[in-house]
Amino acid sequence: MLELRDIHKIYEGQPLLRGISFRVDVGETVCLLGASGSGKSTLLRMIAGLELPDAGQIFWDGNDLASTPPHRRDFGLVFQDYALFPHLNVFENIAFGLKMKNWTRSQITSRVHEVLELVNLRGFEARKVTDLSGGEQQRVAFARALAPRPRLLMLDEPLGALDRALREDLLNELRGILHQTRIPAIYVTHDQEEAFTIADRVLLLHDGLILREGTPKDVWVNPGSAWAAEFLGLGNVIEGKVVNSEWKVETRFGVFDVNCRHKHQAGQKVHLLARPLPVEDGSVLRGRVADAIFQSDRFKVTLENGLYFYLKDEPGVGQQIEVKVKIECLG
Amino acid sequence: MNSIFPRRALLWLAPLTFLAVFFFYPFFRILFFSFDPSTLNPSNLAFSFHVLLFTFYQAILSTLLTLLIGLPSAYLFAHFEFRGKSLLRALTAVPFMLPTVVVAAGFNALLGPRGWVNLGLANLFARLHHSLSPSPFIPFIGTLGAILLAHVFYNTTIVIRIVGNALSRLDPKLEQVARSLGADPPRVWWKVILPLLRPSLLAASLLVFLFDFTSFGVILLLGGPRFATLEVEIYVQALQLFNLPLAALLSLIQLLCTLTFSILYTRTLTYSTVQTAPRSPVTHKAQNVLDKIFVTSLIFLLSALFVLPMLALPLRSVSRLDADRGDRAQLQTGFTTDYYTELFINRNNSIFYVPPFQAAINSLGYAVATVLLSLLLGLPAASALAKPGRLEKILDPILILPLGASAVTLGLGFILAFGRLLTYPWLVPLAHTLVALPFVIRTLQPALASIPDRLRQAAASLGASPFRAWQTVDWPILRRATLSAATFAFTISLGEFGATALLARPEYPTIPVAIYRFLSQPGGLNYGQAMAMATLLMTLTTAGILLIEKLRLPGAGEF
Repeated sequence: MLELRDIHKIYEGQPLLRGISFRVDVGETVCLLGASGSGKSTLLRMIAGLELPDAGQIFWDGNDLASTPPHRRDFGLVFQDYALFPHLNVFENIAFGLKMKNWTRSQITSRVHEVLELVNLRGFEARKVTDLSGGEQQRVAFARALAPRPRLLMLDEPLGALDRALREDLLNELRGILHQTRIPAIYVTHDQEEAFTIADRVLLLHDGLILREGTPKDVWVNPGSAWAAEFLGLGNVIEGKVVNSEWKVETRFGVFDVNCRHKHQAGQKVHLLARPLPVEDGSVLRGRVADAIFQSDRFKVTLENGLYFYLKDEPGVGQQIEVKVKIECLG
Repeated sequence: MNSIFPRRALLWLAPLTFLAVFFFYPFFRILFFSFDPSTLNPSNLAFSFHVLLFTFYQAILSTLLTLLIGLPSAYLFAHFEFRGKSLLRALTAVPFMLPTVVVAAGFNALLGPRGWVNLGLANLFARLHHSLSPSPFIPFIGTLGAILLAHVFYNTTIVIRIVGNALSRLDPKLEQVARSLGADPPRVWWKVILPLLRPSLLAASLLVFLFDFTSFGVILLLGGPRFATLEVEIYVQALQLFNLPLAALLSLIQLLCTLTFSILYTRTLTYSTVQTAPRSPVTHKAQNVLDKIFVTSLIFLLSALFVLPMLALPLRSVSRLDADRGDRAQLQTGFTTDYYTELFINRNNSIFYVPPFQAAINSLGYAVATVLLSLLLGLPAASALAKPGRLEKILDPILILPLGASAVTLGLGFILAFGRLLTYPWLVPLAHTLVALPFVIRTLQPALASIPDRLRQAAASLGASPFRAWQTVDWPILRRATLSAATFAFTISLGEFGATALLARPEYPTIPVAIYRFLSQPGGLNYGQAMAMATLLMTLTTAGILLIEKLRLPGAGEF
């Protein structure tokens, strides 16, 4: 299927992508997760053929795509701001790709009805796209991209412009559609929750490189770096120093026994991750409560020293507390 | 109606009276003459139809050519980044404000029989063959090509502004989505970009067509009277053949046409949809070879089209390029200020009763009168329009009507209405005021509307008398706009040719009239003096344009 090999791109004199390689397999949804400006969208445009890499190749089923223009690639695109054609109605927008492929009129009509059904917009054919709500516009954009049965679907922050509740609904629907159609997809986002919901595999893009790759669970369990843990919001990232014993790390919150994957020398700097949920047999962290915010089934408690935890019961502000949590080594 | 009504009506009194006497009365005189049974005879109608046909023909041809140059240029400015971009954009915009006589003189200096190109070729020929050349080498003056080229020169900026703005507002993602859906680049243009540009394309084409349709000076000076458009024929019939009824009939046809096109244009403006603006600028440097060839050749073409005529004019005004009498095989070249010093001398063979510089003094006098009069009438009208009520909704389009009437039609209307008063020179500034008034009002109105009432109330609550409040609140804001409006009126009056050509008395010529007369006379000295005067006019007008640009309120509309 799709394979990227060692893609490099320089943008305005700065290296933006410094050797990106990954694959997308049949029926798989891959999520490119990274901060804004990390080159996610540029990567998508290169796969679409709208921009050329400075070095590296893109293959489809083993064939180099370098000489294939965008309109011959059969890759669907969905943007955050929908990019619906304002001069065409819903039907004509969805039929656009089918007309380009010279489908017959009856084929087009039945396919448009089919995809409208798929995105829950039955009966919207004659509506003007400018009269639709944001969510409806995005459904039309999905339908338009899906209609010609693309070999690959690329979604560039598709839910970024929608409000929270709508985003969750559409995300679940989209997940269902992608599983149902088995179209391989690349989903670009900066929202880790979105990424973890929809992805079969997550790629963490940082500093022009893929920092971490794996299933959502893998990445959640083992983020692999301080930056990843912080970006994914997995908990408190604490800086520390290895003391004489290999597994003892000294931090400003105390000395902890941790289980690092690699051996460290005494005096080496390491980062630790303190997950915010308390556990029975965890290490002890202490502090005075600065704030407690109600979050439906728990309280997010922030301490004066900057640490935060999720607790069942609300502590009083100013109270000295002790929390037992799991502390992991990030390397 | 409360007490506000009489005050409002008072504001309208002067402007409306002026329009009634100097626009609508002449207009009805034109109607009266046109519908005279003796005017509406078959030969007159057939003649008018013929003239109308040619007017359409040259306007359509000019518009197509302007689109041919303007559309690639709009694409160039909307999509590419290159050095000197803003300068080139400014250069393409300058001609739009230049008086027609200056443009005609510029093209004459470049391509006319005594222009750089033809004299250069003649010189080359003389050197090679030691004999006199058949002159001119490239026939330009008196050809349809000259008219078309000048029209392209004038109006390309309209296409660049209107279509270019629409292009740069177009979301590049629409193009990307279309490509991903299987559309090749030509189909992207045909199915996505052109349909989205259609309103702006239509608006630009209509505006260009309107200007080409009503063009007068360019056609008379570069094409000559044999290119009988409605405008030129009105002038010829009225002034040279004294057939006022036929001129009136032609004027009426002209008015009906321009009114129709203006209404169509206003409609396209209201129907044009606004596209979502891209968040990041979409311009970039030319990357591949094809883009580089496109950008470079277009920059070259635009620079040649917009710089050469305007450069040829001032250079020609200080260069002696002519052969002396009796030694025709040998061209003399060199720097000279003769043409300028000659402006102050009244030669026996001159057609002037006064030395040419007197024309400059007349022009300045008319311009000052136009500024005063148009501000006097424009200020109350603009302040009434700044807070439009029911009355203003009706009166607004009426005020703009003179803009739709061509200058020659205005001139003819004056002749028909005030024929006996024509010996008085003050009819000229009155006609200029009619031309300038819509611009003055449109400049003042947004500034006046931008002053919130609360500021005046605050000033009053702090103890300011109404006059003090006006002086401290309104005037500082209004000063800029007033200066800008005054400059508008001044430059319009200086360059106005259509109405002036019909109204100016021989003993009171203006600068454009003097240039026209010099250009119609044979001889190198007359030609040189035309160049000198046109250069002076160009300098004055350019200074005016620069001042207006500097005073322009940010975000004010362009057309």
